[in-house]
Amino acid sequence: MLSVRNLKVEFVTRRGILRAIDDISFDIAPGEILGMVGESGAGKSLTGTAIIGLIDPPGRISGGEILLSGKRIDNLPKEELRKIRGKRIGMIFQDPLTSLNPIYKISEQLVETIRAHSDMGKAQAREQAIGLLTEVGIPAPEKRIDGYPHEFSGGMRQRVVIALALCAEPDLIIADEPTTALDVSVQAQIITLLKKLCRDRGTAVMLVTHDMGVIAETADRVAVIYAGRIAEIGSVREVVQRAKHPYASGLMGAIPTLEAFEDRLVQIPGAMPRLNAIPSGCAFNPRCNRVFARCLRERPGLMPVGSSMVACWHYADGREGVPA
Amino acid sequence: MTGFVEVCGLRKVFDVSKPWLERTLELAPRQFLKAVDGLSFNITKGETFALVGESGSGKSTVARMVVGLLAPTAGEVKVAGVSMSSAAAANEREQLRRKIQMVFQDPYASLNPRWRVSDIIAEPIRAFGLLTEPKAIEKRVSDLLEMVGLSPLDGVKFPHQFSGGQRQRVAISRALASNPEFIVCDEPTSALDVSVQAQILNLMRDLQDRLGLTYLFISHNLSVVSHMATTIGVMYLGRLVEVSPAKQIFSAPRHPYTIMLLDAVPDLAMTGRARIPIQGEIPSPITPPSGCTFHPRCPLASERCRREAPSVISGVACHAVEEGRNDMARKRPMR
Repeated sequence: MLSVRNLKVEFVTRRGILRAIDDISFDIAPGEILGMVGESGAGKSLTGTAIIGLIDPPGRISGGEILLSGKRIDNLPKEELRKIRGKRIGMIFQDPLTSLNPIYKISEQLVETIRAHSDMGKAQAREQAIGLLTEVGIPAPEKRIDGYPHEFSGGMRQRVVIALALCAEPDLIIADEPTTALDVSVQAQIITLLKKLCRDRGTAVMLVTHDMGVIAETADRVAVIYAGRIAEIGSVREVVQRAKHPYASGLMGAIPTLEAFEDRLVQIPGAMPRLNAIPSGCAFNPRCNRVFARCLRERPGLMPVGSSMVACWHYADGREGVPA
Repeated sequence: MTGFVEVCGLRKVFDVSKPWLERTLELAPRQFLKAVDGLSFNITKGETFALVGESGSGKSTVARMVVGLLAPTAGEVKVAGVSMSSAAAANEREQLRRKIQMVFQDPYASLNPRWRVSDIIAEPIRAFGLLTEPKAIEKRVSDLLEMVGLSPLDGVKFPHQFSGGQRQRVAISRALASNPEFIVCDEPTSALDVSVQAQILNLMRDLQDRLGLTYLFISHNLSVVSHMATTIGVMYLGRLVEVSPAKQIFSAPRHPYTIMLLDAVPDLAMTGRARIPIQGEIPSPITPPSGCTFHPRCPLASERCRREAPSVISGVACHAVEEGRNDMARKRPMR
């Protein structure tokens, strides 16, 4: 469905060029949910923004290609990209309050979006909007549809945003931290909903989040992003339970779990490097507890390890499985 | 049992009425928001008491009342036997102030951007007059910076030169500056990334072991709480619905709301265990449901739950538990 090939995104600043995304490649199949995890500033949201072509100057896509159903979309003129955006790629943002216009009724926003992407009449679009609201689990949609965003609670608003994203029946949805602003109990509802809708409609989803728990619940495959590069990509089970990249396994250990009362959490020393100071070789080398000479010199590419792909020299020819 | 911190019948009601003129013209009644409604708990010295609940359950209001930033509508907070509100204890309270500190949620907002970090940390020392010699203050500040894992040289920097995790370290060292015994932490890690969160949580536990601190830890994240707390209080719409030792909450939760919260936590182990689907959202505290405020979302609600509010019996406020019909509550596997 979606293929991203060697994507590079740069920001031109007075102090030089900052490379925020450095050579990221991945595919998403129809009906598949790909999770993207990483710390703030790792470049996960930016990847989503690049795919829908919303990167503003001074940022620019400086290399690589993005293909939707086999057709390149990163070099399309603005007008054509606009047609794809919303129609074929839907977007769900983190904060449901800011992604809805506070001065328009829900009905107006939904009907406008539906009509922008199809030649439906007003009444018919309204019918469909009510249908969508029912589908995302809003009680009494015939009444609620004429409410304003502020009359909805956080969870309900996020449901409306999901309905908006689904309006044009897109092939791909980019969900950028869809549950971060919500309470745990509501978060679980939204995750279940998103998962169900995508399964039913065969929509591919790119789920961007920093919450590994959400990924474990939802995604089929997961990509761990570090400093604008993919550190590890593989099936959720593989990455969550047997993370191979030292960063990925550190990240997993850092998450407090309900079941384990260990005394200390695994901690990764230090913090992610700034974009203007990404170390040479493997970007993770200053924080890595398994670093060796080659890590400082050469940048590792993704190499197959088991069923996953890992960018770590420890898994290069013959060194596979060196214990931590 | 008396504790180091005693909270007794704490209530906070906010007046959220419209302005007088509007009210008079529209004949609208006054409106009140019961943020905290009759809360009682004890914290023993050296332990971590955690308050968990969804947004709007009143956790932060409790934190503010405990440190004395908000005056309670009714009820009392006593720290080390001194009341935080009665006028009679004003003198003793002054003495007590430096023993209580707070760490806030957002390290981007809680540090003055125009002050150097050394001044931020020295502020409590100067305010309480703990040290007067500039040399001694400087020494103390660099000790404090080292204690939280920063370099003494970082003192000359400004907050914007630090990352979120480092800022939270600065906030913690400021809290430690007056040699406190009791620290109230209001969501100290919810603005941080997981790997940084782990660093801060580990730091807070190490400091507790070293300095014998008592924490009141406010969080909405049950996994974080399970890592920190010795006792947990679960709040729902301004009331405590369950108070139990941490291990017990996670192995044998009793209140249906606690069970629901636990079930909502994403399952990293991917065991695919069956869970009760969560219903609804937290109602508005301005118009709380009658009786037990949890009844509209509770699968065990009966006629009695809709009528009368449950009282706390051995740590749980629930009619179903009281009547022994909480077959939802079950032993959870411990790993």
